[in-house]
Amino acid sequence: MFSRAVRISRAAPIRAAAQRVHAASIVSRRTVTTNAASAQVDKSSIPQSDEEPFSVRLSDESFETYELDPPPYTLEVTKKQLKQMYYDMVVVRQMEMAADRLYKEKKIRGFCHLSTGQEAVAVGIEHAIQKTDDVITSYRCHGFAYMRGGTVRSIIGELLGRREGIAYGKGGSMHMFTKGFYGGNGIVGAQVPVGAGLAFAQKYTGGKKATVILYGDGASNQGQVFEAFNMAKLWNLPALFGCENNKYGMGTSAARSSALTDYYKRGQYIPGLKVNGMDVLAVKAAVQYGKRWTEEDNGPLVLEYVTYRYGGHSMSDPGTTYRTREEIQRMRSTNDPIAGLKQHILDWGVASEDELKGLDKQARNHVNEEVAAAEAMPHPEPTPKILFEDIYVRGSEPQFIRGRTPDENFYFSN
Amino acid sequence: MKGSPMRALSRALVRGSTLTPSASAAFLVSSRQPYSTHPPNAKLNLPTDYSTTPLLFQTSQSALANPELSPEVRNGTTKRMNLFQAVNDALSIALAEDESVLIFGEDVAFGGVFRCTGKLAETYGGDRVFNTPLTEQGIMGFAIGAAAEGMRPVAEIQFADYVYPAFDQLVNEAAKFRYRDGACKRNAGGLTVRMPCGGVGHGALYHSQSPESLFTHIPGLRVIMPRSPLQAKGLLLSAIRSNDPCVFMEPKILYRAAVEQVPTAAYALPLSKAEVLKEGSDVTIVSYGQPLYKCEAALRQAEKDMGVSVELIDLRTVYPWDKEAVFKSVRKTGRCLVVHEAMINAGIGAEVAAAIQGDPQTFVRLEAPVARVAGFSIHTPLLYEALNAPDIARIYDNIRKVLEY
Ligand SMILES: Cc1ncc(C[n+]2csc(CCOP(=O)(O)OP(=O)(O)O)c2C)c(N)n1
Ligand SMILES: [Mg+2]
Repeated sequence: MFSRAVRISRAAPIRAAAQRVHAASIVSRRTVTTNAASAQVDKSSIPQSDEEPFSVRLSDESFETYELDPPPYTLEVTKKQLKQMYYDMVVVRQMEMAADRLYKEKKIRGFCHLSTGQEAVAVGIEHAIQKTDDVITSYRCHGFAYMRGGTVRSIIGELLGRREGIAYGKGGSMHMFTKGFYGGNGIVGAQVPVGAGLAFAQKYTGGKKATVILYGDGASNQGQVFEAFNMAKLWNLPALFGCENNKYGMGTSAARSSALTDYYKRGQYIPGLKVNGMDVLAVKAAVQYGKRWTEEDNGPLVLEYVTYRYGGHSMSDPGTTYRTREEIQRMRSTNDPIAGLKQHILDWGVASEDELKGLDKQARNHVNEEVAAAEAMPHPEPTPKILFEDIYVRGSEPQFIRGRTPDENFYFSN
Repeated sequence: MKGSPMRALSRALVRGSTLTPSASAAFLVSSRQPYSTHPPNAKLNLPTDYSTTPLLFQTSQSALANPELSPEVRNGTTKRMNLFQAVNDALSIALAEDESVLIFGEDVAFGGVFRCTGKLAETYGGDRVFNTPLTEQGIMGFAIGAAAEGMRPVAEIQFADYVYPAFDQLVNEAAKFRYRDGACKRNAGGLTVRMPCGGVGHGALYHSQSPESLFTHIPGLRVIMPRSPLQAKGLLLSAIRSNDPCVFMEPKILYRAAVEQVPTAAYALPLSKAEVLKEGSDVTIVSYGQPLYKCEAALRQAEKDMGVSVELIDLRTVYPWDKEAVFKSVRKTGRCLVVHEAMINAGIGAEVAAAIQGDPQTFVRLEAPVARVAGFSIHTPLLYEALNAPDIARIYDNIRKVLEY
């Protein structure tokens, strides 16, 4: 046991270091812009047709790179794609808002993490990859599940614990799986090496497929993330690692958890690309570039999507104690991914205000209908078959289910 | 920076708990009522009333009557505390009495998800109570290294469900340290790992597990689970002072629900020693942690209905556990059931049952096979979590079964 005096003198450098970290947190670097409407277009180049591509020029501040030539700053898009991206982001947000409401009505229980504010990441990625590619992410997964092809009703049904939920209602918010989508993972960081395995299988079976692997700024400190980096580089896997840096892991800011907050440099021997994650166009451009990078057999990339979650960490966190209301307000009012794309669409004459209102309404109606359908879904039937499915080989299940009283116990023979 | 996202999370988590007795009835009776609440006509599976259970000391006098407390402590005062406050009190005492005690883990400097470490950083300084990154394997290895240098680290794993990345460190480093260090005589005995465990009603796959039996497979670790605030304080202080690495598992459903009078002084309760909570002559129930409350309710009803007398034993330390106390009881009663929330397969119940039948003097006294009442071997579903944990009806049914054998 130290004497007090000795301990204090030994502890002093630790404390000084802690103060340095604190100072660093104040100037925590997020140098790419988070402006969601920073792209430009030569309006005269915009075609009449919905399907004909034209070039968009992304802001110079859309990317930062590490050991990598930056992606092209021009992106080919069509009017149709822009409207689809807008519609997708609105659906994701409406769906998250519906989950928020259902949670507050106590219809959804357990853990529930919303991605409001981060829509451009899930939507931009999907618009850059193919259905044959794979995506795997953490528990903040509703938007990804939708973009990968899950229906709103199956996602909300899962949250409500219904049999027709996307995972039979067994897991709830953190557990969503669909074709080309491997969840929905509740253990922070666990999905990252699993993603490397997916990427290996894709390379092994051939066909120019890649895996998009997402994790948070907090998760990036888990050892298995680094283990996955090493394997992916060693075996040159088509793995697009991507840190969704929303500045906080629960209540802990990035600078308080991470010795290096440049998450795109964390792959060390893997090139990195930091992206404006509030701009769906920048995300699309970056991931398209990453996909091509893997197709050319260059191995993995480490992306960092600079983004922001508007709400708390989960439904039980108001999200206002470890960051200022001004910060949230500023991101919402000036960097919102949906408002940003909307501004582009209007400025560039891609669609009229009325047309966009129509899309908003269509998205809202769609989500409302789907939520109603989900609420009408039956609960799982209270049968041993459902309780024990995917756990026991048929015939080896437990012998009885109890009732309230011993007389109500239900014994069954298989 | 008061860290109240954690406070809110803790409240939300535990709020469910006081409302969640058993879902079994809902499960069978009405598929429209899927969450864990009891139906109005439930007979056995009523919610645990923590304000009247005899397992919690509502008066200072009854709390201080505990013969395991030293005379000085018994002459002292008590304070009403819930389980997280009792843990906090123990941690505060440990920090104050021993400069080598350190506390770290995810968000512990903000008080932690369940408020167990509230105000400790402010009181004892950020160099002794500090946050770690999200890095369970790192937390555990770091704690073991510090312990090997003679520190007394109390590491927190935010939920027991997150301990698996740290499992290797516990099994291969902490538990084996003394054995392999040989003549150098260093060890990781100063290490204590705290983690909340067990169900709260809607934790689903990753916020409801009770992995204690995994640690009981490993010689070199002590595995402890308290049933109440008074027990938590004394057992945690023993764990921190102990020269063996201790895994201290806190049933999170009890953090706010279980409230009792707790001695204000520092005191230690013995490790690896069971406690007979109620004497009886016909059946022995062996349990630990939260299910003890259900055992108590079930045995009260069974005694009334069946005219028998039931003995209730709290193992408290599940490894190495107090075999003598259990054998002694079973030699008297001849009948035994073991109750726990963790899965039945390869659980504590299996070990206790095997030990009973393996002890010649106890085996010959058995009147019925040892029964196990435990969680089914399933992953915890989002719905019907309480169906999985043993409830009063199931315990009651098994009391009858061992009696009627
Ligand atoms: C192994 C593990 N440790 C701790 C947790 C608890 N936990 C869940 S989310 C989280 C914060 C993660 O932050 P980040 O990676 O930045 O993702 P974000 O929530 O911001 O999307 C923590 C500590 C967990 N689920 N798994
Ligand atoms: Mg984060």
